[in-house]
Amino acid sequence: MRTIAYILLAAFLAPVVAHASSEEARLDRAPIQRTDTLSLQRGAQAFANYCLTCHSTEYMRYNRLRDLGLNENQISDNLIFTGQKVGELMTVAMRKKDAKQWFGVIPPDLSVIARSRGPDWLYTYLRQFYRDETTATGWNNLLFDKVAMPHALYQLQGIQSVSVRTEDDGHGGTHEVKELKLDTPGTLSRIEYDQYVADLVNYLVYVGEPAATKRTQLGIIVMLFLFVMLGLTYALKHEYWKDIH
Amino acid sequence: MSKRLDSMLEWVDARFPLTSNWKAHLTEYYAPKNFNFWYYFGSLAMLVLVNQLLTGIFLTMNYKPDASLAFSSVEYIMRDVNFGWLIRYMHSTGASMFFVVVYLHMFRGMMYGSYRKPRELLWLIGMGIFFILMMLAFTGYILPWGQMSYWGAQVIISMVGAIPVVGDTLSSWILGDFMLSDAALNRFFAYHVVTLPIVLVILVIVHVLALHEVGSNNPDGIEIKAHKDPVSHIPVDGIPFHPYYSVKDIFGVIMFLIVFCGIIFFAPEMGGYFLEYNNFVPANTLQTPDHIAPVWYFTPYYSMLRAVTVNFLWIDAKLWGIILMGGSVAIFALLPWLDRSPVKSIRYKGPYFKIALTLFVISVLVLGWLGTKSPTPLYTLLAQIFTVIYFAFFILMPWYSKIDKTKPEPTRVR
Repeated sequence: MRTIAYILLAAFLAPVVAHASSEEARLDRAPIQRTDTLSLQRGAQAFANYCLTCHSTEYMRYNRLRDLGLNENQISDNLIFTGQKVGELMTVAMRKKDAKQWFGVIPPDLSVIARSRGPDWLYTYLRQFYRDETTATGWNNLLFDKVAMPHALYQLQGIQSVSVRTEDDGHGGTHEVKELKLDTPGTLSRIEYDQYVADLVNYLVYVGEPAATKRTQLGIIVMLFLFVMLGLTYALKHEYWKDIH
Repeated sequence: MSKRLDSMLEWVDARFPLTSNWKAHLTEYYAPKNFNFWYYFGSLAMLVLVNQLLTGIFLTMNYKPDASLAFSSVEYIMRDVNFGWLIRYMHSTGASMFFVVVYLHMFRGMMYGSYRKPRELLWLIGMGIFFILMMLAFTGYILPWGQMSYWGAQVIISMVGAIPVVGDTLSSWILGDFMLSDAALNRFFAYHVVTLPIVLVILVIVHVLALHEVGSNNPDGIEIKAHKDPVSHIPVDGIPFHPYYSVKDIFGVIMFLIVFCGIIFFAPEMGGYFLEYNNFVPANTLQTPDHIAPVWYFTPYYSMLRAVTVNFLWIDAKLWGIILMGGSVAIFALLPWLDRSPVKSIRYKGPYFKIALTLFVISVLVLGWLGTKSPTPLYTLLAQIFTVIYFAFFILMPWYSKIDKTKPEPTRVR
């Protein structure tokens, strides 16, 4: 009886544990904080400057960015370069047909990219571009081989190249290790660039679910209410059941 | 005031059986007094049903069943509709929690022999509910029109296509097209919001009526109706459902809501198990994802579907997989006739049953876990072994339940 109850309890925990232990590619942990408003504002700026030319976030309205502590004038003046109104969706002017011709694929909408890829993937991806003359754009990526996207942030990061080194795998065999090397430095130092990407990823996480902060805030109130109710309903049940033996 | 209310009630009672039904199903429905933790899940399933119906109504107000708009309309609900995110998470979490409570409810029945005479029909109606619930989950999962919605549905539909002779015709009849497309999305939407909920609600009412006819089982698996008060004819070990179990169930509801709201507000994706990460990518008919996994509640069956790797008896492996998958669900309906034990409850059953049930639970869990993984030779072998254990639990039951060394049942509940 009791054993079965434990087995079932284990069943509920199993997926959580299983998830934690299964990671395929090695990803760097994105150092982001959803409540860091300044980081989100910097991320929004970076997104508007470097991403929004090709990548839309078409489920997101500009004026929703008031969540980040900006007012509508600040949003219009600093983040909208297309002459759109502040209540409009964050779309791109590039035609899909042209995009397909230029890049081979239509640059995906990034509204929920952080929910499908996860922040760590994005943080790793944006820092692992390297020069590769064999591809159409001249760029390649360690995490996403033969990616169609060129390195949009290369002026900031600088230009990396990849070197391959064979390493003993400890079981008598060898395996290849690819390493990135910064050939030409960009305008940002390595630490600055990592922070720049982290801000951008933080912003994408926010865009993935703008209601998330409100969700957890409301959740705390709901949970407090429920715990009070738990005590009350337990007392009520106890009172009614006094005479049942 | 009270007098006026009384006379109003009399007026209604002369025209509608209000008081008599109130008594028959609540204040004078006598339930055994020894219900334990496992007896919360019936009423909780009802709570989740109401949650799904209510949140579902609000979702339909903004959702667009159109292949080109569905995905964006869900994101519109998540962003621009007031508290749309909350309604959507309540519905998506509710879907998974429906299976959690129904699985625990079924497991309760298996532990305490609730399917045994005179409750065979009650169990079968419950199986009907389970089947409709799976259909609802399947049709509902298609609606957001993400990659997993699309390709998961594609897998299920291809199973229909594997039926010999009529398969292809049947699948295009179901889809209304030669492939999964807008036409299918429209009709699955209709099933999900109209047809299936109506059938589900009716079946739930029938389930409760059948329960109230035969009376509830209890953890001792003995009939409380066998010991009635000689004067009042009320079972001596029974207590009125209302107020005793109504107040107890309210406590259960709050416990459940703590878990439910914990997920909604703090982990709505539940680590990719309640909302799969890949379903945040819009459906792309030209790009099959590397790894297609159904939502967690279907993974045990999915494992059994993939477990068969050889053709035999002139039937190919895929069709055997489908037969096994269907059989794994349908076989529950035979339980009332497979169990030959002289006692109902696990409390008085012998070691064979306890071992068999434990192995069964383990095999469901392992199969469920395997269903989320890409198949490898080792995983396939494991899936085959545990599929055999899963079916052995049912097929061997007439023997092991008969020869098992049972303990004597008490005459009164403890």
